[in-house]
Amino acid sequence: MTELEFLSWVRGPGFQIATVIFVFGIIVRLLEIFLLGRKANLAEANGSEMSGGMRAIFSRMAPESDTMKRSMFTIVAGYIFHIGLFIVIFLFAPHILFFSDVIGFSWGALPTPVVDMTSVITMITLAAVLLHRIKDPVMKYLTKTQDYLVWLVTFLPLLTGYLAFHRVGLPAPSLLALHILSVELLMVLFPFTKLMHAFTFVLSRWYNGAISGYKGVRS
Amino acid sequence: MKKHSTGARLSSSDDTLGAALRRQGVSRRSFLKFCAATASMMALPPTMVPAIAKALESAKRPSVIWLSFQECTGCTESLTRAHTATVESLIFDSISLDYHHTLQAAAGHGAEAAREEAMKENFGKYLLVVDGSIPVADPGYSTIAGISNLDMLMDTAKGAAAIIPVGTCAAYGGIPHADPNPTGAVSVADLIKDKPIINVPGCPPIPVVITGVLTHFLTFGTLPELDDLGRPRAFYGQSIHDRCYRRPFYDKGQFAETFDDEGAKKGWCLYKLGCKGPTSYNACATTKWNDGTSFPIEAGHPCLGCSEPEFWDGGGFYKALSIPTTEVARDALYAGAAAVAAGSALGMMNRARSKQAKSEHEKVSVDDLQKED
Repeated sequence: MTELEFLSWVRGPGFQIATVIFVFGIIVRLLEIFLLGRKANLAEANGSEMSGGMRAIFSRMAPESDTMKRSMFTIVAGYIFHIGLFIVIFLFAPHILFFSDVIGFSWGALPTPVVDMTSVITMITLAAVLLHRIKDPVMKYLTKTQDYLVWLVTFLPLLTGYLAFHRVGLPAPSLLALHILSVELLMVLFPFTKLMHAFTFVLSRWYNGAISGYKGVRS
Repeated sequence: MKKHSTGARLSSSDDTLGAALRRQGVSRRSFLKFCAATASMMALPPTMVPAIAKALESAKRPSVIWLSFQECTGCTESLTRAHTATVESLIFDSISLDYHHTLQAAAGHGAEAAREEAMKENFGKYLLVVDGSIPVADPGYSTIAGISNLDMLMDTAKGAAAIIPVGTCAAYGGIPHADPNPTGAVSVADLIKDKPIINVPGCPPIPVVITGVLTHFLTFGTLPELDDLGRPRAFYGQSIHDRCYRRPFYDKGQFAETFDDEGAKKGWCLYKLGCKGPTSYNACATTKWNDGTSFPIEAGHPCLGCSEPEFWDGGGFYKALSIPTTEVARDALYAGAAAVAAGSALGMMNRARSKQAKSEHEKVSVDDLQKED
């Protein structure tokens, strides 16, 4: 396989396979959660589950002051790399071209040097987060193999994308192909790992908020 | 035209290159200028210039056999149609081109006799230039004087010092090799493994690249440094994108969206219009075409990546590199529909299971527990 054939594969059949697994996996897992259903409740509540739940989804974006004091690093680093990922994935011109081809509409891009800088900051933060996970005894105790795997598949697209943009080490077609392949790996693993939190965080936050929003006994 | 001059040269292959150039009226000054330009182009130190000049002066005009297979003659056009008689074109004239369909005076049996004679006289020393791909599905797709392309290539390659596939068809299969490849077209390197091969791809290749490769061969008697696709690094070492004068616009994120919008008029980056500059390695952006006039991107058209293998099947000339080549939106829709069905079924199964568990659940009273004691 020449490097251009490799590139053609990841842009063609490879991406098809990854997309099918990604979309199928996410929808099946979400449906499974939704269709679990909840016990019928005949008691009348004072509050509203829906408004309490919805509020929690947004209010818990801001960290609690106590938690902030206890684990400032986790929270700040977490914010930096999540926002960084958002900027790199959704505000880089070639990526927007991809999204507009798939979903039919586009939006403005950030200047390339800004995205470039963001990707470096994001990678450094991810490295720091990994180091923290290894060094901190409590974190280390809580960590399973999957956590390292999830870290790796998040980090790889950033690294390969950076190398492909700056064309370091390998010929450009191979670098681009490796970048796309790393994204496909992320897409394939996404529905079956903790990466699903990108969707499920909404559900769990809603549930927590609904409990406190209910205000009353249950039948 | 060049036909008769090439024909005349058939009989004088003992000439040195220097003598041939002087006869053509090339001054020493312009000859040295050519040597200096070649040295810098191939990233050789300036101290090499006298060595190049000396080697070229005394070089016996090498015998060159040029085989044309499944091709369009565009490569020959590119290499011979210089606007003025440049030193490069004279160097090209001054090889002993013993066999070339388009350029030779002889025809029919005479032409084939010239090839056979050159092969016999210069066995082991001649350069073999090939343009066009070789059909292997059925040799009948392309024959010359009743000889199949495959047979002629294998036969002529035996005595060649080196082989230079010129153009993307000879180097990588090119357009005849494109899907579905009805003739079973393959490249020279697919068939020949035991000879030095210098690929000079492009559709067509830049004229100065072939003269550069010839100069290198005449000067040092060795092959230039090649990349992993068999191309001389001196010319194919950098991508179009890296040397593109529109690169600053890419870095700033300024793109032409269509061929006639404001961005296109301002000369912004053509990435969104499908430019393959980032994945294509060639010297177009520096050497340029038509006596250094311009190159495709300068004329407002994205690079097609013609010097790369499979460029014809690369997923569309006007599709940006970051876009998948298949219909991902459709795939996602089908996958989504299938997932809704599968997810609903799974959900129902889960519910049924929990219902069954509930109905099978036996209540235990205090009496039951006491009985067990």
